[in-house]
Amino acid sequence: MMDVIKIATAGSVDDGKSTLIGRLLYDTQSLTTDKLEAIEKSSKQKGYDYLDFSLATDGLVAEREQGITIDVAHIYFSTAKKSYIIADSPGHVEYTRNMVTGASTSQVSIILIDARKGVIEQTYRHFFINNLLRIKEVIVAINKMDLVDYSEEVFNKIRSDFQALNAKSTFKEQTVNYIPLSAINGGNIVTKSENMPWYEGPSILDYLENLKAADVFEKGQFRFPIQTVIRPKTSEYHDFRGYAGKIYGDDISVGDKVCVLPSLNESRITKIHFFDQEYESAEAGSSISIELADDINVTRGDMIVKATELPKIDKEIHAIVCWMDNKKLVIGAKYMLQHHSNRVLGKVENILNTIATDYSGSSPASELALNEIGEVVIKLSKAIYFDKYEEHKSNGSFILIDVATNTTAAVGFIQ
Amino acid sequence: MKNRLQTNALESEAIYIFREVIAQFDKPVLLFSGGKDSITLVRLAQKAFFPAKIPFPLLHIDTGHNFPETITFRDELVAELGLELIVRNVQQTIDAGKVIEESGRYASRNTLQTTTLLDAIEEFKFDACIGGARRDEEKARAKERIFSVRDDFGQWDEKNQRPELFDILNGKIENGQNVRVFPISNWTELDVWSYIEAEHMAIPSIYFSHLRKVFMRDGLIWSHADFVYQEKEEITEERMVRFRTVGDMTCTAAVESEAHTLQEVVNEIRQSTISERGARIDDKRSEAAMEKRKQQGYF
Repeated sequence: MMDVIKIATAGSVDDGKSTLIGRLLYDTQSLTTDKLEAIEKSSKQKGYDYLDFSLATDGLVAEREQGITIDVAHIYFSTAKKSYIIADSPGHVEYTRNMVTGASTSQVSIILIDARKGVIEQTYRHFFINNLLRIKEVIVAINKMDLVDYSEEVFNKIRSDFQALNAKSTFKEQTVNYIPLSAINGGNIVTKSENMPWYEGPSILDYLENLKAADVFEKGQFRFPIQTVIRPKTSEYHDFRGYAGKIYGDDISVGDKVCVLPSLNESRITKIHFFDQEYESAEAGSSISIELADDINVTRGDMIVKATELPKIDKEIHAIVCWMDNKKLVIGAKYMLQHHSNRVLGKVENILNTIATDYSGSSPASELALNEIGEVVIKLSKAIYFDKYEEHKSNGSFILIDVATNTTAAVGFIQ
Repeated sequence: MKNRLQTNALESEAIYIFREVIAQFDKPVLLFSGGKDSITLVRLAQKAFFPAKIPFPLLHIDTGHNFPETITFRDELVAELGLELIVRNVQQTIDAGKVIEESGRYASRNTLQTTTLLDAIEEFKFDACIGGARRDEEKARAKERIFSVRDDFGQWDEKNQRPELFDILNGKIENGQNVRVFPISNWTELDVWSYIEAEHMAIPSIYFSHLRKVFMRDGLIWSHADFVYQEKEEITEERMVRFRTVGDMTCTAAVESEAHTLQEVVNEIRQSTISERGARIDDKRSEAAMEKRKQQGYF
């Protein structure tokens, strides 16, 4: 099975985002003739003399009417080497929550810059979100080079402006690459542009193709949140109790000593099942079920970890949250916190600040409104077992659910 | 015992989603059409809960215009796996006067089945309906969440979807609402076919090349059948065809093909320059056909 890499793109139609994605699809032969015909037809109707790929990306009527991206679209293409999923997200400030949503599952991010405009406020916000979510690979795609005479000076100027921004980032392990593009004629997207001989780096696709999955996927200690307990209760499997879940972080092997949280009971893994087969070991991302040597109580919401690698266990957490609900967050508000399969009631004890997405710092706050990002202290009714987000993405993130409306009101990154 | 489990990311993601469904909902159901995507779902559900049985029933909304091969296959699969199958008929919804049969050249029960589906959801109080829709199929589907909340009327509010972060799934709903769940959201058509091939799965015979009575309309190959409207000048002929997607006979066009085995089918898909839904008559109604149907409760 091939690696699947998820790429977040953020930006407005004006930045050439649709054109970039359209080109990636077109040049990798991922656009089928009927879809291409629809794009040609619609481009002609609008009187354009080029192909308007936004039809392939902006799937909702409201988006096409307004010429903007509102919500995340998922777009698929593949090469002989890898499968790719693009989480195509809006760039406007009022859709920051959708940008965060798109970025949350991605390993790579493409930040589009219009070469004529250079680094603008929107660039700050995109990069800030990439830092906050700790996306490993960032491609700064400087587009519309054809409109600045393919000038190396313009490219260098934008790169150094962006490097100044990068100096403010707190995520030093992030790899940032700069690629000059002319999306409209496909330059440096799949094939190298002949108009920019001064650029010696890879095209976007070359760059993606050379990424090693092992480098871009999250690492961390073995965490196994229990989703459900499989008990067939048939004569053949009378005593079978399989603890079902997905592996986050390191591998697990039969014989490993483990600890069950929150009970702190220790045991040993005796079997690893995947469907009707048994395995010696399994790796991150596998949905397996396991059996333990001892008959201990394990239920949904519990977590199995290696006995020597305990996470933090606490009833109080500090987190940066991105607020996603129209109803503002106020101090003292209660929400349901969902951390993996574990749900506990929580009360926001304090809002420490709001953090500006343009790197201008934080300011004191007593509430958080839609699309705002801020640091909070949450007190929980029961302890959760977590890591800091920077040490373990999946075990350091959670959502807050509004108990009255059931909506997902926020995503949090534990500090 | 095998050594080391190699992760198949898409398969594990789907299994993860199935397990979240069973943990978060009281009355889930798997929407089964007899097509390759819902057959793949059944396989994945089997893997998610093995050695226990699949812990929810299948629901088939029968338009009465199905390919008979699909129905035969459905019944064999259900018997083999010991599953519970619920069938609700569009004909009954028509007889009850709840919907009016379409007429004319493009008459189809595809849209009508939404009412039958919503009635069934209400009858059984299903709170989660698992479907085989994929985001690569169609541009409105590309926007849909994995847990997609529908209101009391089954409607999709596409401009105000619940954010879905990382793989954390929030299935909390109010009474009367339900969630449509799409475990293979991130699979492409080729992913599904490659999986069917790798797993040696059985699929209905109409997916393979066969001789069929057909007629041509709008550049598409339509099946000849009693309930498919056909003009006099639309002449019935026999051609070697197969189906890439299986809805009912009034909304699914055939493609000319010599692919007789799974491997030949996979090769054909790999080389194809036409999208799967290019053979869906129901999507050709307008640029936003799918989005409109989804707003009204279509799966």
